[in-house]
Amino acid sequence: MTVVEALLSQEPDEREATPEFEAAAARQESRRGFLMALPAYAYLVLFFAVPLIIVIVYSFATRNRFGGTDLSGWNLDSYAKLGEPIVRDILFRSVWLALLTTIICLVIAYPFAYFLSTRSPAIRNVMLVFVMIPFWTNFLVRNYAWRVILGNDGPFTRTTEALGLGEQELLFSQTAVVLGLVYGYLPFMILPLYAAVERIDHGLLEASRDLYASGYQSFRRVLLPLSMPGVIAGSILVFVPSLGAYVTPEILGGAKTTLLGSYIVTQFLTARNWPFGASLSFVLMAIMLVTTIIYFRKGGRTL
Amino acid sequence: MNSTPAVDIKGITKRFGDVVAVDNIDLEIADGEFFAMLGPSGCGKTTTLRMIAGLDFPTTGSLKIFGEEVGTLPPNKRPVNTVFQNYALFPHLNVIDNVAFGLRMQGVAKAGARKQAVEMIELVHLGGLENRKASQMSGGQQQRVALARALVNHPKVLLLDEPLGALDLKLRQEMQGELKRLQKELGISFVFVTHDQEEALTMSDRIAVMDEGKLLQVAKPEEIYERPANRFVADFIGQTNLLDGTVEDASTVCLANGARVRAKSSFPVGEKVAVSLRPERAQIAQRDDAVDGGSAVDGVVESVTYLGNARVYGIKLDWMDLEVREENRPGATLHEPGSQVTIAWDSEAVSVVAG
Repeated sequence: MTVVEALLSQEPDEREATPEFEAAAARQESRRGFLMALPAYAYLVLFFAVPLIIVIVYSFATRNRFGGTDLSGWNLDSYAKLGEPIVRDILFRSVWLALLTTIICLVIAYPFAYFLSTRSPAIRNVMLVFVMIPFWTNFLVRNYAWRVILGNDGPFTRTTEALGLGEQELLFSQTAVVLGLVYGYLPFMILPLYAAVERIDHGLLEASRDLYASGYQSFRRVLLPLSMPGVIAGSILVFVPSLGAYVTPEILGGAKTTLLGSYIVTQFLTARNWPFGASLSFVLMAIMLVTTIIYFRKGGRTL
Repeated sequence: MNSTPAVDIKGITKRFGDVVAVDNIDLEIADGEFFAMLGPSGCGKTTTLRMIAGLDFPTTGSLKIFGEEVGTLPPNKRPVNTVFQNYALFPHLNVIDNVAFGLRMQGVAKAGARKQAVEMIELVHLGGLENRKASQMSGGQQQRVALARALVNHPKVLLLDEPLGALDLKLRQEMQGELKRLQKELGISFVFVTHDQEEALTMSDRIAVMDEGKLLQVAKPEEIYERPANRFVADFIGQTNLLDGTVEDASTVCLANGARVRAKSSFPVGEKVAVSLRPERAQIAQRDDAVDGGSAVDGVVESVTYLGNARVYGIKLDWMDLEVREENRPGATLHEPGSQVTIAWDSEAVSVVAG
């Protein structure tokens, strides 16, 4: 029911409008809605839907021996290639590291979000600004900064040496990649979590304590279920970009830790196998989509 | 009845920064008592309740529940449960899981907890609504769920923080009776916080009146109404007219206009006091008619408010205004605005409070 209909139906006897007027008003309302959404529709179709279709089409095409793509002889070869051990390893490793990144972000961000929600509004705002300050510096620059910190003779190595742990090096390892990803995406976890936790009536936590819940039970049975929308939103916002991450693994990861993002770039630029790159991209997107749907379904049930 | 007080508060003070919310109060609540804490908002009554619940800790003082010192025990370690002002029902749980929550947290197995919850839900007349969510219920129903959720744990003391505040009048009166019935049935102490003096008077065995963190009077409803401890209590409980004056001797007060009225008091001679005259305790008569009663003042009717069961006259005296209430009995004389009248009362009808 549109707003106009709702207003009209309140006093059916006194309204002067005829049914024709009502229908016309409803039509006008929906036309106006469409017009307002038009720029967004146009943008999405042009720059999202069309390229996506091109990617899907290319994934069924054939690479010719000159490194070009023949848009004929459609086949599933590039999907069959996904089963090869090297590709499978990269896929599993990417999913695993993205999952790890998401979990670490969640564990770090949740207590912080709760802490933030219990502060006075003035302190909250200051701390939220602190959370967002890293965004003021270019993502690439920040990743290179980590390279310096973790690299040969960098602060990290010197600290481990000073502590008598020997010359430890983290750079070009999976640990370094996860560290960089957590660093890069932590704010995306904090903000939705904070928004969700902040909305929860503190009285509910008091009620649970009054009803014999310990601090942990109060978290597990009341706070966590009620903040699930934030947990879901934050996890998606971290998992999805982590899965397709390109910059951070390129800069902080070594040759041994090739991830999906880098591998796709290699297919397009170095190997010049566009159909395979396209099929990889499509699978990546499918994983993200399925994860998101499952997560939302699950969230929808618990709420 | 147990001789150990259910709640025993000694010298409790609670400060929030520079604000003294509760100022050195002593209070004993007996087992099985329906006890009301009454006062305007910000008087410290809710803070006192929260300290009993363990949701706030006292800054100084001793707080015992059935003889056991609980001053800084967390709420989950205390044998009390609370019905919160906005009910604080868990929105992600249905009625039965809300009610079973406390039992589950105490380690009662799911089936047993649910069975007890169902019984309690029936006791508060919500049978059949077990699977509803809180958001699908009316205010009155939510109130009953909150009550069941607290009572299912068999607390030794039930704390209620303005539980009827959000209900409309009819439902409120119904719930007042219901609470009283439950309290009698269960035989446990109810500590009831309210700012509604009528509610406190009708429901409680005893009332504590608080203002600005201080305990002003703790007594039975009759005593609070008939013999208020001070000006604030006299004014806060029910309606009253406060006539300023000075004590002349043990049974006479000289009012501000020089009139002498008979009123017993134990204040020293010369003390500034106020004579509290309840609107329903005064009689109103035409100026020249004979009046009975020990004291009288002259005035002019300024307004008449018709209440159905009574009329309230606004009377203008030379030095102040009075309210007089007359029951709407057959044959009651109607005094028009502008009539010259005499207001008379018996010396037993008034109380004297410190001015």
